[in-house]
Amino acid sequence: MADALKTSLSDLRKIALPAPLALEGGAVLEGVEVAYETSGALNADKSNAVLVCHALTGDQFAAAPNPVTGRPAWWPRLVGPGKPIDTDKYYVIASNVLGGCMGTTGPASDGPGGTPWGVRFPVITIGDMVRAQRALIEALGIESLFSVIGGSMGGMQALDWAVQAGGQVFSAVPIAAAARHSAQNIAFYEVGRRAIMSDPDWAEGAYLEKGLRPERGLAVARMAAHITYVSESALKRKFDRGLQDREAASFSFDADFQVESYLRHQGESFVDRFDANTYLYVTRAMDYFDLSARHGGRLADAFAGVETRFCLFSFSSDWHYPPSATREITRALAAAGARVSQIDVETDKGHDAFFLEEPGFEASLRGFLEATAEARAL
Amino acid sequence: MTGRRADHVAIASRVADRARVLDVGCGDGELLAVLQEMRGADARGLEISAAGAQACLEKGFSVIQGDADVDLEVFPDNGFDAAVLSKSLQDMRRPAHVLGELARIAPEILISFRNYGHWRRRLTLFATGRMPAPRTGAWHDAEALHPSTAKDLVGLAAELGLSVRAMAPVGETGVGAFREAGLRRLNWGAADAILHLARD
Repeated sequence: MADALKTSLSDLRKIALPAPLALEGGAVLEGVEVAYETSGALNADKSNAVLVCHALTGDQFAAAPNPVTGRPAWWPRLVGPGKPIDTDKYYVIASNVLGGCMGTTGPASDGPGGTPWGVRFPVITIGDMVRAQRALIEALGIESLFSVIGGSMGGMQALDWAVQAGGQVFSAVPIAAAARHSAQNIAFYEVGRRAIMSDPDWAEGAYLEKGLRPERGLAVARMAAHITYVSESALKRKFDRGLQDREAASFSFDADFQVESYLRHQGESFVDRFDANTYLYVTRAMDYFDLSARHGGRLADAFAGVETRFCLFSFSSDWHYPPSATREITRALAAAGARVSQIDVETDKGHDAFFLEEPGFEASLRGFLEATAEARAL
Repeated sequence: MTGRRADHVAIASRVADRARVLDVGCGDGELLAVLQEMRGADARGLEISAAGAQACLEKGFSVIQGDADVDLEVFPDNGFDAAVLSKSLQDMRRPAHVLGELARIAPEILISFRNYGHWRRRLTLFATGRMPAPRTGAWHDAEALHPSTAKDLVGLAAELGLSVRAMAPVGETGVGAFREAGLRRLNWGAADAILHLARD
């Protein structure tokens, strides 16, 4: 199966970065490839480019089905003709993050010696992902972006873009994001990483050359994380204590409860499409994320002088990156004198609400982008 | 632009050109638009309702969806030249806290409010033994929290280190002239009023 996956991966649209990538951790990566997709058309003065950044388990297929996994587009509600991120108006670019497993160089790519990198791959950061995206945008001949938009880890990238290259980002839309991982965030992802690394099939990270896949560990990692993406009230609404295909409890460790069956399905369907080492590297990158750390612990200083127009979204029942985490970013941006808007969407759908039907969120995003496009004469 | 509200125009007339202005309880951004058009102000808003905040975004204004009673802490000290509270201070749970926060955020504050010191309202209470009605609805509605007179608000402002720079009555026929003195007359004669406050 791994071979079949690789054949298709090689067919994805990608660009080889012309220069080595210097990473925050000190390593220098050579021969980096970035897989990406675009939709819409770039206008004559190249002022309508929008970068859509994906979350932990996402990819570059925001607007079209993924031909490798066969999964549908992950943001069809927001990206497309006539949608809030209107591909009739904007040139929408989405790339697989550095360290990812959908065509961009990562731990599953071939490393030195012709074998997969595995855990020899250098530890990367959100800032490094953004550096790879900046190199991609430059290689595409685009000098500045109309907007950088992303949810969750994608929102972290949008923030990092504004801090790294504010002059090249007219607007930024971080959605359900945080300026740093909390102890609770790190704790949950550490559970996931330990689950993967405790799976004997992980083989000290060298499972690919041994023809193994740590599917059990990766599935548990996904299950643990998924709990944080949904709210308690949504779990209650959907499942409560309902039993799965049975009239009474079986007094065994089968998936008696619907919520168990649901979580197991989340885990099992994940392992077919995702690389375990990528999961380690990308969750680590999020753990290391702390925008204020580079600025003496004062988040407002990270945004000093930034001209970018921000619109942040949070979801009331999100306990992964709660509204208070977004509020902290808004406060820092306001203190830095930035143009900042924040919308708190009232919903019980939790962190994953940004993938789901949320009319208020979609209408507000559309309103912000349309008004901002007017300011950019688009 | 037609249909500008007289009190909005009056508030904008007290704001300097190109000032940075925060409108607390900005609704759908009507006053923000007047401030921008009349003064070229960098006008931003805080609004509790999703519909209002969305309308502001659509008009291109920066707006933070939040509750003035708790969320003004988002804004930095002296982040604005002026803060505006248009017909909303009496609806706050903690008006003293809110006004204190505004004094931290901006050196000048403009508030417009329903003046319960107006002679007709005094007469209502005197003659009927019932509280004069709030702006909308009944006395027990959640929105009508703090009926107060112009004198009450000037007194609160003084406790917070704010003095009255000017005041104007707002009636059915429009907004009267801003004057530096005459609180007694304003408190008796104005159905609504605008206070222009500044730090001492």
